[in-house]
Amino acid sequence: MPQNKLLEESISDPALRPILDRVLAGERLSREDGLTLARTRDLSGLGTLAHIVRRRLHGNRTYYVRNQHINYTNVCCKHCLFCYFAKNPKDGGPEPYVLSPAQVRKALLRYGDDHVREIHIVGGVNPRLPFDYYLELLATVKAVRPAACIKAFTAVEIAQIAECAGKPLPDVLSELRQAGLEAVPGGGAEVLSERVHDELYPRKLTPNEWLAVSRAIADAGLAQYATMLYGHIETDEERVEHLIRLRALQDATRHFLAFTPLSFHPQGTYLDHLPGPTGQDDLRMIALARLMLDNFPHIKTFWVMNSSAVSQVALCYGADDLDGTIEEYQITFEEGRFGERRQYMTRDELLRLIRETGHVPVERDGLYREVQA
Amino acid sequence: MTAWAHALAKALNGERLSAGDALALSQCNDLTLLGAAAHRMRLRHNPEPVVTYIVGRNINYTNVCWVRCRFCAFYRVPGSPEGYVLSVEEVLRKVGEMVAHGGIEILLQGGLNPRLRIEWFEELFGAIKSQYGKDGVILHALSPAEILYIAHISKLPLTECLLRLRAAGLDSIPGGGAEVLTDRVRQQIAPLKTTADEWIGCMREAHRLGIRTTATLMFGSVDTWEDRIEHLLRIRALQDETHGFTAFIPWSFQPDGTDLGGPKAGSFDYLKTLAISRIVLDNVPHFQVSWVTQGPRIAQIALTYGADDFGSTMMEENVVSSAGCVFALGVEEIERLIRAAGYEPCRRTTQYTRLGRG
Repeated sequence: MPQNKLLEESISDPALRPILDRVLAGERLSREDGLTLARTRDLSGLGTLAHIVRRRLHGNRTYYVRNQHINYTNVCCKHCLFCYFAKNPKDGGPEPYVLSPAQVRKALLRYGDDHVREIHIVGGVNPRLPFDYYLELLATVKAVRPAACIKAFTAVEIAQIAECAGKPLPDVLSELRQAGLEAVPGGGAEVLSERVHDELYPRKLTPNEWLAVSRAIADAGLAQYATMLYGHIETDEERVEHLIRLRALQDATRHFLAFTPLSFHPQGTYLDHLPGPTGQDDLRMIALARLMLDNFPHIKTFWVMNSSAVSQVALCYGADDLDGTIEEYQITFEEGRFGERRQYMTRDELLRLIRETGHVPVERDGLYREVQA
Repeated sequence: MTAWAHALAKALNGERLSAGDALALSQCNDLTLLGAAAHRMRLRHNPEPVVTYIVGRNINYTNVCWVRCRFCAFYRVPGSPEGYVLSVEEVLRKVGEMVAHGGIEILLQGGLNPRLRIEWFEELFGAIKSQYGKDGVILHALSPAEILYIAHISKLPLTECLLRLRAAGLDSIPGGGAEVLTDRVRQQIAPLKTTADEWIGCMREAHRLGIRTTATLMFGSVDTWEDRIEHLLRIRALQDETHGFTAFIPWSFQPDGTDLGGPKAGSFDYLKTLAISRIVLDNVPHFQVSWVTQGPRIAQIALTYGADDFGSTMMEENVVSSAGCVFALGVEEIERLIRAAGYEPCRRTTQYTRLGRG
């Protein structure tokens, strides 16, 4: 890291200078600092601040994972306005499906790759699926990919699973854990704001309910990821509030591994009149998250939504994880729906993106344990 | 202090960088620090919070070319059944479509086609100007390789060739075909193309005659940072002499379908190259983003890496799209991206005169 004078001179927004001092001193940033960061027009200065923190935590290391996504059903009773899965087939939405354990097994075997270290499983909230379905799903994945870490079911799905099981949440989490669950993905929080919740996803868990389920996940000894879906109707204050609520929970639980900002893609949803975030918005969110979430070990850039081009640059704006090779992701883009967009990357492509930035690639599993070559 | 930090401090101070400084800077991977220094140079030349763009159309009058550059997926050799030459009528129709869209700049480029002598261009330019000159159509046409070849097969000295083209309607010359101006790179990627000295010589002559031009850099093939910096220093030296360059446009080699092939430079390399170019070329007024090769997201981010201009709306693009690179942007989207970055969009002419709302 160059000397502090050079950093100071590289930050053109005077409002960021006192924050630079706090960042260099390793102090926690306030809500007001968060708003200043969310609103500055000095994107390079913001990135410089976030990169200081990223460097301190991870040096030149950038993480990636060989993973596969399984979206077991697109049937969902939540009807969130931002979601392509929520769109009715007669309005151009997808045809409904539920994958049987046999189909999941087939999907897993399609790549014939036992180097996969993370299976990421999320789906719609489908009230027709019995508790046994989820247990069987986990058992199937465990049997086919014993070396992979299973990261499955967002907090929203877990609340539904507990309901269909008719048992207390801690018991359900313990049974899921025994069936192979190791970590819970971060989706479903969207924006932890009552206003945005009521407008876009009123049937989903409220922010307080989401935080309560997350606390139960921590109590069950499971790891969890966190996300924020941004770039629709949320305000700067709501973005900062979301991060502060996550930070407060993490102070108590220490069970979150990583935070991933999710860039909203309006195409094909009921919100397709909105323009969606720009490349600068994507970098701003990564940097804001890195600076505010001082107790989160990792900030991940999800290239399926951010594009691989922006994700590579995000490694210089606070992100330390490029996610993975990702096979079979269906939520944001159905195959072929938006032409050129690809849903997978080879390991070589990931390594090249990381190395071009001067970073050292580190392969991880779903719990950020380093994979030995 | 590391060598690159020293060079960066010099750049932030507004001092001119030496070749050694520039090379030291290429060791810096703190991308946002490079961006900040490049942005400072941008503000020196373009202090206002405005990002310009031009409404124009790209027309490729022929794909026939004997030069066989190994980085190109667009050309067809003479005699190929897939070769084409647009007729005057076809070109006029395309120009007319652009005028109907409110466009003013025709970027006209093609290949080195042995059948097209100066008379062909004089007729074409004359037809465009007589039909659309009243609409203010600007001809930004023919890279140095094309001009030198037209002079050669028409048995004309370069000066006379340029004067005749200008008399026929040529307004400005695009800086294409520079690729990387070192003979080491050119030998590997385009051994039959104009040499670096010839490219510089053609631009010097155009500038001397009062014809303004742009300059480009196509990086990410076989070039090293030494090559890129030599390229920048050659452009800077000519600009010191002539002040004829209006803008600089770096873009990355698009390998798909080319003979050269290989991996594609990433967006990190693009932004780093853009920033270092902006820092080193302290005498070139404008820098364009290359949304055609980088896409709208990175193009918008490039506005914090020294660029002050979003380039042309293009309407059609045939060269890098032959190499698997397809992006399309309309005026509304360009203006939205500029505004979202905190700048006011403004239309311009080829000479960077700003236009009011039209």
